[in-house]
Amino acid sequence: MGAYIIRRLIQAFFVLLIVTFLIFIAMRALPGDPILIFLGEAETESTTEEQLQELRKEFGLDKPIMVQYANWVIGVTRGDFGESISYGDDVLTMIAESLPITLHIGSLAFILSAVLGIPAGIICAIRRGGNIDASVTLTANLGICVPVFWLGILFIYFFGLKLQWLPIQGYTSPFDDFWLSFRKSIMPVFCLSVFTLASTTRQTRSSMLEVIRQDYIRTAWSKGLKEREVIARHVLKNGLIPIVTLKGFHVRLLFGGSVLVETVFNIPGMGRLAVDAIFNQDYPIVQGVALMTALIVVLANLLVDISYGWLDPRIRYQ
Amino acid sequence: MAVLLEVKNLKTQFYTDRGLVKAVDGVSYHIDEKETIAIVGESGCGKSVSQLSIMQLIQSPPGKIVDGTILFEGRDLLEYEANGDEMRSIRGGKIAIVFQEPMTSLNPVLTLERQMTESLKIHLGMEKEEARTRASELLSAVGIPDAEKRIDDYPHQYSGGMRQRVMIAMALSCNPKILIADEPTTALDVTTQAQLLELMTDMVARFKASLVIVTHNLGVVARYAQRLYVMYAGRIVESGTSKEIFGTPRHPYTIALLACVPRLDEEDDRKLVPITGMPPNLINMAPVCAFLPRCPYSTEKCRQEPWPDLRKLDGDGQHYVSCYVDT
Amino acid sequence: MTEQTTTTVEFSEMLPSVNPYVRFLKVFFGRKVVTFGFIIIVGLLFSALFAPQLAPYDPYEIDLDKTLLKPNWEHLLGTDALGRDTLSRIVYGTRTSLMVGFIAIAIASSVGMTLGLLAGYFGGLVNMVIMRLIDALMAFPIILKALIISALLGGGLKNVMIALGVGLISVYARLMCGQVLSVRENDYVMAGQVIGASNLRVMLRHVLPNCFPPLIVMLTLNMGAAILAEAGLSFLGIGIEAPGAAWGSMVADGYQYLLTHPVLSFAPGFAIMLVVLAFNLVGDGLRDALDPRLRGMI
Repeated sequence: MGAYIIRRLIQAFFVLLIVTFLIFIAMRALPGDPILIFLGEAETESTTEEQLQELRKEFGLDKPIMVQYANWVIGVTRGDFGESISYGDDVLTMIAESLPITLHIGSLAFILSAVLGIPAGIICAIRRGGNIDASVTLTANLGICVPVFWLGILFIYFFGLKLQWLPIQGYTSPFDDFWLSFRKSIMPVFCLSVFTLASTTRQTRSSMLEVIRQDYIRTAWSKGLKEREVIARHVLKNGLIPIVTLKGFHVRLLFGGSVLVETVFNIPGMGRLAVDAIFNQDYPIVQGVALMTALIVVLANLLVDISYGWLDPRIRYQ
Repeated sequence: MAVLLEVKNLKTQFYTDRGLVKAVDGVSYHIDEKETIAIVGESGCGKSVSQLSIMQLIQSPPGKIVDGTILFEGRDLLEYEANGDEMRSIRGGKIAIVFQEPMTSLNPVLTLERQMTESLKIHLGMEKEEARTRASELLSAVGIPDAEKRIDDYPHQYSGGMRQRVMIAMALSCNPKILIADEPTTALDVTTQAQLLELMTDMVARFKASLVIVTHNLGVVARYAQRLYVMYAGRIVESGTSKEIFGTPRHPYTIALLACVPRLDEEDDRKLVPITGMPPNLINMAPVCAFLPRCPYSTEKCRQEPWPDLRKLDGDGQHYVSCYVDT
Repeated sequence: MTEQTTTTVEFSEMLPSVNPYVRFLKVFFGRKVVTFGFIIIVGLLFSALFAPQLAPYDPYEIDLDKTLLKPNWEHLLGTDALGRDTLSRIVYGTRTSLMVGFIAIAIASSVGMTLGLLAGYFGGLVNMVIMRLIDALMAFPIILKALIISALLGGGLKNVMIALGVGLISVYARLMCGQVLSVRENDYVMAGQVIGASNLRVMLRHVLPNCFPPLIVMLTLNMGAAILAEAGLSFLGIGIEAPGAAWGSMVADGYQYLLTHPVLSFAPGFAIMLVVLAFNLVGDGLRDALDPRLRGMI
């Protein structure tokens, strides 16, 4: 198991290198000159070619691409993610300001989807064909189809504008004003979690049903166990194995969803930062955000692999 | 000897998307105390389903026990709710079962200790330590070496034959009155088969329990079973003592089954004869004898009259057969 | 983990055999929701093909005398800030959604399956490089991937299709690679080698039929995913350019008038949901009808 984790860690490191390198090349290949965007149209007129060269040198844009990449990687290992081209601020600081916001909303959505989705799926599987199963399954089927940004707008309209129950825009840190922060996060968290909640429910249901058909469950029944004991001791642990994979996959999805949710609810998180940076061709920010996202996703996958070993002895003993 | 379990007119049906399957269609049999019986028939004849019905382990839907009584210790087991307290105290406690597939019948993510001790805790009210000691004793008894340690292993660390030994130990752990062995050796290789059957009959004798062997292989049961029931298409077509059935088989199906089993006690090189034709289609069966299309003895009466009930043959034995023809 | 209980297996051997096509249709259309999804998809294809005939107005025609009309009998879903008929724009938006979806998954499946075939066939270093590349692609949410790629290639619908196509490559690569690896181990490939057939040809002949059931299910389910992602991108302002009609950008445009004209955002968003639902329902139905064992895997 230890060797396995080390092998996965090395693999993860290479994945991160490939990711950042791909993005690095991609961003450099973009049409448009970031220096000109930095200066803005008015200033561009009045800037000489020499001054432009000077600026390129300052941002390190004059060197060969491999050198630029190597410099960037070395910088990152020292905590230097470079400076934003459009704002001039330190990229690491910008990420440090926006990532906690995304993590706050994202982790609540993640927890919500697991805490509601797994029990809902289990209940559906146990009471298959019943009314609860039918209505929950229908809702879950709708949940994986609904566009998050549209759902956010529906919520804003009904709960924000019409009923005026909840604030509709912005973000407040729970450390500044816990109650306001809670009220502001309800709609974004719920919107962000809808897809993952629905797919957790669906997957839990089908995974449980798959396990219930297995021979060893019949063995468990034949021992005279109660239904509760059969489910808790025999079905659950086996049925959860595919759910762990799914939840790992959801970490990535939540980052994607936060791009849209943060746009709809005007939340200054990392998703919003990424969208703005991409539109502004602000390489250092895109680069930094990409690295952060990939890092968290890769770490989540690593956690999935480790929990696999914990859940399934057949893997642990390999 | 006293009758321990008596099944009367059991009917179990499955509602599939292709039609109604009458898997068990009016089956009656009994088991005496400390007796070994065998239920023999080819795949799909309903022999396994009839046993799962006793334990009410038929998955519903699609399956359903529609009729019959199962008398055990003076009560009808079918009166109990499928997963109710009474039925659960029977399962594993009074009647235990060993399934066909040792590779898939143990939970892959739990240690043997957890799987073995749970029935001891429920039925005998043992505490953790006591149950563990008892479980490892049982493992030793079924021939698992180093049971003290190996009880902490997971099923994938055992071979198929070993797993079936574990299943036998688990099934017998609460001193059941009846052990049902549902094709216990079909999935294993021939040498292991013999060892396991020997082990099972030994253990059952030690525990003073009765044994029901469900199998498609007449050769397997010849040595062990006192009485035999031969099933075909959801019904019992012949029953009697081993001596009666092996000595003077009367139903054409039994005769055919015996003709395709090799025997060691025969001098001449008898040819093994396969049964011609296909097993019956269980959906929309005609009311006549289901063996008719494959039967070499069939008469006009067989085609006209409904499937006959079991009738007792002359003599003072227990030989019953459901056939019009006097073979 | 797909073995069925012995009783079921025994019975399926005993039951009368049914023509596989008849069985497929029976299972597929046997469920009402699947039939519902199928009808919606047929309807969508129809409205995409005959958009000019079905749309009551020209979706691009700006009429500044009729801006922001509430729904009425002339304009069933009202008009937008430029006086364009919302219903007509939704009908034309079908074209955008379906086209982006179809082309994106065509790119994803063809490139992905080729990569998977190469990885599985050559194994070793090639396999490692391709698989790490796929891992790298998988480390991003599809919307971020698509954002970066479309920023790189420039906006426009064509680039959104490419971006989404690249974003969805991984599942197909993995499917194909897994199938090739499993077939490689089998004896019949060796048998093929003995009689002198080319290795690759033999392999493809065995791999493709095995791939087909999960592939067709994945394609259908990915249609939904691609349409949803396209809507997200066009909501952010990437993809279709004015005056083209895309549902996501209609939702975004209507957002400004949410308090007074909610229908401008609600209606196109509902269309997105309905289409994605239809593809998902049909995908699930196909999975159950083609191979019930795929349940839980896809």
